[in-house]
This record gives sequence, C-alpha cells and structure tokens, in this order.
Amino acid sequence: MPTHREFARAFQMGIHSGTLPPGLTACNSDEVDRRFAVYRNNVIHGLKQALKQRFPAIERLVGAEFFAAMAQVFIQAYPPDGPILQRWGETMPAFLEGFAPVASLPYLADVARVELARGRAYHASDAAPVDPARLTEMALSNSEAMVLALHSSVQLLTLALPGGSIWAAQQPGGPAAPTTWGPECVLVGRSGMADVRVRILASSEAAFLAALSQGMPFGPAVHAARMQERGFDPTRALADLLAARLIVDVALAEKGEFR
Amino acid sequence: MLPNSPGLGFKPEHFQAIAETHPALGFFEVHAENYMGDGGMPHAMLTRLRADYAISVHGVGLSIGGPDPLNEDHLLRLKALCDRYQPESFSEHLAWASHGGEWLHDLLPLPYTPETLTLVADHIDRVQEVLGRRMLLENPATYVLFEQSVIAETEFLAELVRRTGCGLLLDVNNVFVSCVNHRTDPRAYLDAFPLAAVKELHLGGHSEEDLPSGPLLIDDHGAPVADPVWALYAELVSRTGPLPSLIEWDNDVPAFPVLMAEADRAARILGAIRGQAYAHAS
Repeated sequence: MPTHREFARAFQMGIHSGTLPPGLTACNSDEVDRRFAVYRNNVIHGLKQALKQRFPAIERLVGAEFFAAMAQVFIQAYPPDGPILQRWGETMPAFLEGFAPVASLPYLADVARVELARGRAYHASDAAPVDPARLTEMALSNSEAMVLALHSSVQLLTLALPGGSIWAAQQPGGPAAPTTWGPECVLVGRSGMADVRVRILASSEAAFLAALSQGMPFGPAVHAARMQERGFDPTRALADLLAARLIVDVALAEKGEFR
Repeated sequence: MLPNSPGLGFKPEHFQAIAETHPALGFFEVHAENYMGDGGMPHAMLTRLRADYAISVHGVGLSIGGPDPLNEDHLLRLKALCDRYQPESFSEHLAWASHGGEWLHDLLPLPYTPETLTLVADHIDRVQEVLGRRMLLENPATYVLFEQSVIAETEFLAELVRRTGCGLLLDVNNVFVSCVNHRTDPRAYLDAFPLAAVKELHLGGHSEEDLPSGPLLIDDHGAPVADPVWALYAELVSRTGPLPSLIEWDNDVPAFPVLMAEADRAARILGAIRGQAYAHAS
C-alpha cells in the first residue's frame, strides 16, 4: 500500500497529467476516469479564474480563448506555491517575456506589472492621509527639510514599454492606446480604501517620487526632479499627492542629514 | 458559539445590500484566505460585518488532510485573523490541497487509513494548539473512492472527534452529493454520523452530470440548494434541534435577495422545529 505521501504525489501528478493515481476506484470502476476528471477540472478552472481576476487587461488584450490556453501553460510552469491565491502570479511578467506565442506583443509583461502592482495596492495596509493643515504648517516653517511618508500602497514602476498607458486604454471609457512606444514611469497607489489608481508620470515626477520613497527630504527630492525637467512644479506635485491621499505623515529631517 | 439560526457566506458584492438593509441573519461566514492581506476593503468590510453579526471563519488552505506538516506561517496568519476578529467559529476541511510545496487550491480527497487518521488528528491538534480554540472539521463532497481506505468516513470523523476534541461541520449537500455519487443512502450516512459533535451545518447547491451508471453530482456552490437536500436538512434538524445553518453560494453569485430567500427557507424549517419542540413541551 502506498504511503500517504506517495498517494498525494501520484494524485497531484495525475491532476496535471491525467494519469490516474493508483488505488482510485468507484462503485462502477469503468467510470473512475470521468470521476477523477472532476478534480482535474476543478483545480484547473479554479486557478484559471484566479488568473483572470488578477490579469483582466491581459485577458482583454489577448482574448478570452487565448488567455485560457496561456493560463494552462502558466499553471504548469508556475503552479501556486502558497495557500493564498491572491498572492499567486508574481512570475507572470517573466513568463510573458519568455512565452513565444506572445513574442509580437512585448508590452504584455509591462501591463502585467501594472496589474500585479494594482493587486498589491488593493491589499496594502491602511493609513489615514496626513492632515493638510499640518503639512502646510511644516512647509511654511521649513519645506526643504520636510520628510514625507507615502502610503504603503505606493509603487513606482519603471517600464521599458508604455504598460501603464496600454493598461489605461483597456479600461472602460479609457484613453486611446498610445501611438509611440517608449519607456514609461507609472505610479500605482490606493486612495482611501478601494480606489486603486494608475497614473503615468513625467520623468521629473518619477524622480521626485523615487526620492521621496527613499526617505529623502522635500528639498533634495525637488532638486532630483529638476535634474530631469527644469520646469518641475513642486507645489503642483505635492497637491496631486495630497489629493490622491498618498501622503500619510510628515516630519522634519535632522539637521545635517542629506547634505 | 454561532447562533442556531441561518447564516450566509459573505460575498463582497453584497456588502452594500447588507449594510443598507441589515438583514436578520444569525451570522456571516468568510473564507479565511480572502482576509490575509494587510488592509484595504476586505478588512474594512469584515470589520463592519463583525460589528453587526456573529462571524464564522472558514479556512480552505490549511491542507489538514495532506501528508506534509501544516504550513506554520499560514497557521500564524490564521491565528492573527482569529485574534483580530474573534470569530464565533473556525472551521476547515477533511481534505488536502498541497503537497511538496505546490498548492492545488482545491479540496482533494484522502484515503481513510490508520496512517491518515493519525496524520489528520496530529494536524487538528496543532491547529487547536496554535489558535487556542476548538475547531470544526467539515465532511467532504467526493467523486472517487480509494482501494486503500479501510475506515468509513463517518467512523473516521468520529474517531477524530474522540482523539482531538474537535467539533464537526456537517455539510448536508456534501452528504447528498457523496452518497448519490457512491450510490449509497444519505440517511444511513447520517445515522452513522457523530451528530453530537456537530456545531454547524452547511447547505449549498450542486450541479449534475450523467455517467453511464447514473448521475454524478458536482459540489459547485453555484445553484440554489436542491429539494432533496432541503428534505435531508429538515429531517436532520428535527433530530438534532436547531443548528447554525449556512447557505453557501460561491459561483455565479446571484443578487442578495436570492441568497436571503434561501436563508428564509432554512429559517422556516428551523422555526417549524422550534414550534414542534414548543408543542411537545406545552
């Protein structure tokens, strides 16, 4: 008699391959195949549904039928390695980059990166936005040394192709798809409890946000932004972040820090 | 303890209807693994539900029936969830979902042998030790049998109760599905079931395929509870008395009033039981 471990291994392999594990039976033994197929279908259907939920824009871009077939290949290549399904799929960009049938759609991986970031933002921890009055007070006293803490949902993506714009074009009522293909910086963050936003950034905004998320004070962050674009408007950038409720705290850097 | 009245499996798309109408229900049940993120809407909704209702946390990812040791990280996540929301009940399945680090995310069947009995009992002990609470174990819906099984499912569950002190979650639809699939009598199954340990009932819908030998029922939670399952439920609660009774509907989820109509049907059956008990007493 197989041990339970041997049984589970054979059953698991059978789910993927269709080979019946030993010992399987039924009241009518001719029907074991059909009955085992229920488990195979349930596993594959459940995992495909999870991928559809996590990558809806990818599904729209390639079509439902193609997506289902591609999901099957992904499941074989990168089966879930943990009990929380919503965390599965992080390897999708790498998979798409190496999946020959979509070689003519090189932007898919970047769109998947946007969708992954959206999923992470949706589940990120909660933090109340900073009181704008407090931020104003701090800005008036010493704006250069202000250190802004950003919401934990904030993710800055540096993409080789316009994955953010292509993602946006796939949304209902979204803008037209981009006509030029260059690198793109994208901000993903959650405003409040449920509103996960995707914003395409100018290079100066991206430099500004990258500096802030590294804990750099406002002054040096503005400097970093102006290295990208001289016309960078820090007041506007700050107002955008406040409006999106992505600043959760403000403090003053110690003197001498970041010199 | 969950109240001895109907409850519903919580679906986020129903949150607004629940918040607005505050339906008369005993409890809501949530799948533990959907509330293991750090924050955001899932926790906001569960916090609100918790404020208004009793809560049952129902795990689907522990793989209690699997050969591997339980995932300790996952156990700690379950503990954090139970500590945070203080649910009236925590339950999991007599099934397995993972082996060798891969998760299949389904409730897979296991042979019933002395080896698996010891394994599952050890796993339940570990869950109850880490969570610091008694858990309920749910009977599975199955489509196949195993030559190596030497213990009847009801006996296996009764022995687990005896060894671990766990309670049982009796899924009436699973009983019907399994018994039809294995061409056995659901009433005989229930007669053999350790009913004294049952602390919650599940009711859900199934679908049907045709095999040459007869029907194959699939426990897909995508339809109303079938009439023969309601009949079994009514017979069961007339024996046990009212129990917490959950309506599960996880696929092709309908509008909230459809689920409420199912809960109302359970409430009428429980009400009739209470009426009979009252009539006997007076």
